[in-house]
Amino acid sequence: MTRVVVAMSGGVDSSVAAALLVEQGYEVIGIMLRLWGEGEGAGASTNRCCTLEDMELAYRVADHLGIPFYVLNVADFFKKTVVDFFIAEYLAGRTPNPCLRCNRLVRFDWLLRRALALGAEYLATGHYARVRVVDGRYQLLRGVDPRKDQSYVLAVLGQHELRHAMFPVGDYTKEEVRALARRFGLPVAEKPESQDLCFLADGDYRAFLRRHAPEALRPGPIKDTRGRILGEHQGLAFYTIGQRRGLGIAAGVPLYVIDLDPVENAVIVGTAEELGRRSCLLEGVHFVSGEFPSAPFRATVKIRYRAREVPAWILPMPDRQARVVFDEPIRDLTPGQAAVMYDGEVVLGLGIIMRTEREPPPEVMETLAASVPA
Amino acid sequence: MAVRTVYMDHSATTPVDPRVVEAMLPYFTEIYGNSASIHRFGRAAAKALEESRRTVAAILGCHPTEIVFTGSGTESDNLALRGVAFAQRRAGRGNHLIVSSVEHHAVLNTARQLEEVFGFEVTYLPVDEHGMANPDDVGRAIRKDTVLISVMYANNEVGTIQPIAEIARIARAKGIPFHTDAVQAGGMLDLDVNRLGVDLMTLSAHKFYGPKGVGVLYIRQGTPYLPTITGGGHERGRRAGTVNVAGIVGLATALRLAQESRESENARLRRLRDRLIQGILDRVPDARLTGHPTERLPHHASFAFKGINGEELLLALDVEGIAASTGSACTSGRAEPSEVLVAMGLPHDWAIGSLRLTLGKSSTDEDIDYVLDVLPRAVARLREMQAVEV
Ligand SMILES: Cc1ncc(COP(=O)(O)O)c(C=O)c1O
Repeated sequence: MTRVVVAMSGGVDSSVAAALLVEQGYEVIGIMLRLWGEGEGAGASTNRCCTLEDMELAYRVADHLGIPFYVLNVADFFKKTVVDFFIAEYLAGRTPNPCLRCNRLVRFDWLLRRALALGAEYLATGHYARVRVVDGRYQLLRGVDPRKDQSYVLAVLGQHELRHAMFPVGDYTKEEVRALARRFGLPVAEKPESQDLCFLADGDYRAFLRRHAPEALRPGPIKDTRGRILGEHQGLAFYTIGQRRGLGIAAGVPLYVIDLDPVENAVIVGTAEELGRRSCLLEGVHFVSGEFPSAPFRATVKIRYRAREVPAWILPMPDRQARVVFDEPIRDLTPGQAAVMYDGEVVLGLGIIMRTEREPPPEVMETLAASVPA
Repeated sequence: MAVRTVYMDHSATTPVDPRVVEAMLPYFTEIYGNSASIHRFGRAAAKALEESRRTVAAILGCHPTEIVFTGSGTESDNLALRGVAFAQRRAGRGNHLIVSSVEHHAVLNTARQLEEVFGFEVTYLPVDEHGMANPDDVGRAIRKDTVLISVMYANNEVGTIQPIAEIARIARAKGIPFHTDAVQAGGMLDLDVNRLGVDLMTLSAHKFYGPKGVGVLYIRQGTPYLPTITGGGHERGRRAGTVNVAGIVGLATALRLAQESRESENARLRRLRDRLIQGILDRVPDARLTGHPTERLPHHASFAFKGINGEELLLALDVEGIAASTGSACTSGRAEPSEVLVAMGLPHDWAIGSLRLTLGKSSTDEDIDYVLDVLPRAVARLREMQAVEV
């Protein structure tokens, strides 16, 4: 019998994933990861994830399904690799997405290694995404439910991980998953959804940063693009690119946050026209296929988890960099976020947005012109 | 699912012997009186209680009045340490305790509390690489104000049997009460308190096929002792609380049964255990036996495997149906080595990879074969996946 480890969270999706695998005849082992949360050590954690309640729920689901269930404590590793990274990115004036890092380093490395060591062939999670094999290569596809699709946070996976990955709920819509939960009699069928980052006590990342990285919340100047000081900000981490409200400055025209400058600790504001960005530089570029293309190509790009996809040219560069040239200017292109590239329903890969540009550099346009068939 | 299940965690607890269950049953529904009551119901319960006390006393070679029944091994250890420490202080004899550094937490954390909260001074005896305390160190640690020495009979994590009789002689010569936690030795080793020379001794029924939640504290006549569970005058004022008659009948029956089959069962376990140890050392690279090679409990095999996490090995074994333990009480899941292995000087990358396999009445050669088949593969897989935190 093929053995599968399911990463269980006490939520509906991972519980249904486990139930589906049991139904399909796999030998299923449930594992819950105890991640790091504030208040750790002082008894139960106060953050959303891994509360005693969730642990109890996951335990009850496993018991209901008749599968073994273990809780693994990965708090130290999670703190080191995900939370510290989250804080460091804010200190660098960027807006990170810790979920991608967690999926890459905690779920699909730390836990995958342990699953394989337990003799499992697969690690399953409750993500809304799919895996397909084409000519021996593994592809990552969107989940069938466009409103729930979570392929964005899995774009970090490569061939090795996908060979051992299963996303049993990716073939269903959220409604179908809830219906399955009821059909399986799972005690989590009516559990509400949660969107917050798992390690935040109250979903408030600003309060979190105030406690853990007060340096990221130093007041500083709000400047316009010509360097004139228009006001004072309360700390870079309070602002996001494209933000209009809450700047506390009066001007004739609407002003938006267009840049965060960690060196000067300044928030740069500008007009709607100054906000638009035609291109950006990606670092740490990763392709799911494991093959780094050399020629420019077309893709649709998601610049944050819940963003609408937009068409663009991707220009691969040396040192795992790439430049994205969007067909239309983008208003909320944010350094630190991942730009995930799609070809239809297939996830091609991703890179982290490091620098944004109002217009692509001239040589980039030349390269593009040369590669675009007339 | 797992093809078979193998229980190799008898040092954690044992199943209750059906004969013990049988002996206990009447004391729940028929002979249910409170042993402190003067009426016939109470007298019937008291009779069973005193018979059990005589049974235990006979095995320990002591007078029945020196036996105190308690609610667990942990409770006995607590009563012993606090009881003697407080009585001695009250008599103005001093403030200094000596315990070994490899004691069970029931002793260790009690000593620490006496130190941190109650102002006692505690010397923690070192152990050698086999986890054994040196009687000479005891002699050196003794001061004018030393009021209690506590060294366990056999260690739960690594199975090492301590030179209790020698330590007792040293303590006796200085007139210092000597307690031993014999929880792991119960039903296996000689428990004669006079041959051992101990003044206080702890036992726990669930380690020798008796029920959980019943313990013994032997207190030699004349030993300074202040009750730290106060209430009614039960157990001659040494441990208040309505007595668990059924449990105590179970404890006494289990101890008697264990005593009767001790020689033959120990020989059987020793043979199985030696096969297990040799088989594992032969089949698993970078493996070593922890604890003493010969002076160890007959059912006890404990190992360290370099470069793996013992907690994860337990999962891998459980998935295959094998119940084992790392030996330490740590359940945090973090890669923290046990204090005992650290005290024995084991390097960190070995100490986090600990495993304890403890055999018992149900253990068979087939169990050993199965473990010898599964364990080497599990260790190899963990190493291959480098599933160890760096
Ligand atoms: C050496 C030792 N002392 C004390 C105890 C505690 O006994 P109990 O479980 O009865 O509280 C144990 C049990 O794990 C033990 O091994």
